[in-house]
Amino acid sequence: MDTTNVLTKPEQLSTESSAQEDSWTEVIQPRTGLLDLGLADVWRYRDLVMLFVRRDFVSTYKQTILGPIWFFIQPLLTTLTYVVIFGNIAQLSTDGMPQLLFYMGGITIWNYFAQTLTSTSTVFTANAHIFGKVYFPRLTMPLSIVLSNLVRFGIQFALFLMFWVYFLVTTEVVRPNAFILLTPLLVVLMGLLSLGLGMIFSSLTTKYRDLAMLLTFGVQLLMYATPVIYPLSSLSPKYQWLIIANPVSSIVETFRYAFLGAGTFSWGMLGYSALMTLLILMVGTIVFNKVQKSFTDTV
Amino acid sequence: MSSSLAIQVEELGKLYRLGEIGTGTLSHDLSRWWARVRGREDPFATVGEANDRTQKGQSDYVWSLKDVNFEVKQGEVLGIIGRNGAGKSTLLKILSKVTAPTTGRVKVKGRIASLLEVGTGFHPELTGRENIFLNGAILGMSKAEIRSKFDEIVDFSGVERYIDTPVKRYSSGMYVRLAFAVAAFLEPEILIVDEVLAVGDAEFQKKCIGRMKDVSINDGRTVLFVSHNMGAVSQLCTRGLLMKFGSVLASGPLDEVMNRYLREGTISSSEYHTLDDQAKPVQILDFTIEDANNEISSSFGHEDQIIVGFRIKDISNDIGVICSLGLQDIHERKIFTEQIDLGKGYTSHMVQLPVGLLRPNSFRLSVAIHIPNVKVIEILDSMSFEIVDRGSEFSIYGNTDNGFLFSRLGWKITNE
Repeated sequence: MDTTNVLTKPEQLSTESSAQEDSWTEVIQPRTGLLDLGLADVWRYRDLVMLFVRRDFVSTYKQTILGPIWFFIQPLLTTLTYVVIFGNIAQLSTDGMPQLLFYMGGITIWNYFAQTLTSTSTVFTANAHIFGKVYFPRLTMPLSIVLSNLVRFGIQFALFLMFWVYFLVTTEVVRPNAFILLTPLLVVLMGLLSLGLGMIFSSLTTKYRDLAMLLTFGVQLLMYATPVIYPLSSLSPKYQWLIIANPVSSIVETFRYAFLGAGTFSWGMLGYSALMTLLILMVGTIVFNKVQKSFTDTV
Repeated sequence: MSSSLAIQVEELGKLYRLGEIGTGTLSHDLSRWWARVRGREDPFATVGEANDRTQKGQSDYVWSLKDVNFEVKQGEVLGIIGRNGAGKSTLLKILSKVTAPTTGRVKVKGRIASLLEVGTGFHPELTGRENIFLNGAILGMSKAEIRSKFDEIVDFSGVERYIDTPVKRYSSGMYVRLAFAVAAFLEPEILIVDEVLAVGDAEFQKKCIGRMKDVSINDGRTVLFVSHNMGAVSQLCTRGLLMKFGSVLASGPLDEVMNRYLREGTISSSEYHTLDDQAKPVQILDFTIEDANNEISSSFGHEDQIIVGFRIKDISNDIGVICSLGLQDIHERKIFTEQIDLGKGYTSHMVQLPVGLLRPNSFRLSVAIHIPNVKVIEILDSMSFEIVDRGSEFSIYGNTDNGFLFSRLGWKITNE
């Protein structure tokens, strides 16, 4: 029942009220400007963001025996599976890198993207009961999801680093380079990209649930369109542009190139990813902000 | 003086779409978008109707609120009353920014906190302590603010012993107590409260009302309170706002508004007649409240005869249709209910209330036809009347509430 944008009525201020217009601290009206994002409000609620992050962690591993150890088990088992299936059975190229390290690098950064995207994309539908009862800046919710996934990424990244150091010392093939300094940028880009996409999806699913269906397997399919289990160089140059068109690709590829020294890197590709990220983030924030005001009527 | 206004509502309206969202939404969205591109009015908004849920409407769109205008002064405690579906909750939702209005606007001075539900955002796995912080932050408090009030909150809730236990282990009463305690220590300039007092035991309800009175009277905060509990409304509020079908029907001092609410029905309050509708096999046709001279009246002396008459049609094949007559007080509490088996065909019923049974007060009568445990066919609950004191032995006490019934107990006094 989307009704907010239905009527546009020319607002006329009565003369007497315009005199004391300044003393109102807030005006609730049908429509606000496209760029009226209320970011100051989000800042005022920063404590809430942190509490959401905390809630996510505490609640996920309550009543589990292994607790936070699951953070390690998940990527480790996935990596081993990939080593067996893609590495040994399918015998895909890993650019001459140790398979364990190659897959783990890809999985670590890919998981960060995939998990952030999947959970931000359900922000509206999953929190409808809270959003329908009390107002707080809705942006706090996706932001907190990005942050808690960032922490999760940090833990898994530490695991990756442990293996990386081991291979660095014991073998000669791993050749890290100065691009390692780009890592923080890559992490930020990845976070913002998934946030932007997630916000677009969550806004649209409030009305059209079909997108939720699309997203669940869409993320899985997207992994194959990203050089996670194969290096970009293993594709014939004729088709490489298809994979590069996916803005996630160059981030994953750069990440692996920086740490392992094998793969493809170009400033152009990374620049394209950064540009796409900003664009998607902007569209996402605007759409999200527009939907948040009345989504309780349509959910 | 307009400078002391806390809230000003101008021409507020909210359009809702009825029925299922699904097929057709996309096409509606597209035509709406197309209309906007050409600068036309929304093609669906124009067909919106007043929101009377009992009538079958022509349109899929309904104005849940229409042209609502009112003002609330700073420090005022406003009670918003009205039947179900009058638009009270929609109004609160807009004021608390949960949903946006379709037309008009609201101007607000100061921070608003709304309590449309207690315990919003409580996570069952988290402990009471963690939930106080989370819930407090959701309601708009900063961490430092919560920390400084933490002891008071725990004290007010009375669940200190369980504060480090996950709230999923709490009894529902404890849960509500904790949740309300957090809300009770909010310090916004404007507090919006929706029927949250309906939960919790009597003692706790009293505590809550006490706290809310405290907030409004001592701290001078503006409070908007929606409730069906007329007792709570009259204890808390000084002014009232009566809503009906999405519009404001009356506003002013609480007593006046409450009386208006009581008398307000879809029809004259002591008389109801409707046409025989062929589409309805079972129907209440007439309903009257009459005095001893068979004249329609809605005001009786405390020793007058009151005769309730109604005519009912039942030409259905349903078995076991029952007709029940109930009496309620101004707070919507049932005083009694009686029922009879309804005969087939057209039947007239006369019921005489025992003379001198009811004390001076306002009452509402309702007639319902239903098949027990199967369905309710029709309810007519808008008939009201009042009993006026014509010099009973209690009249010397003025307006003190002495109950609804003259009890006429058998007293036996022995001198020793």
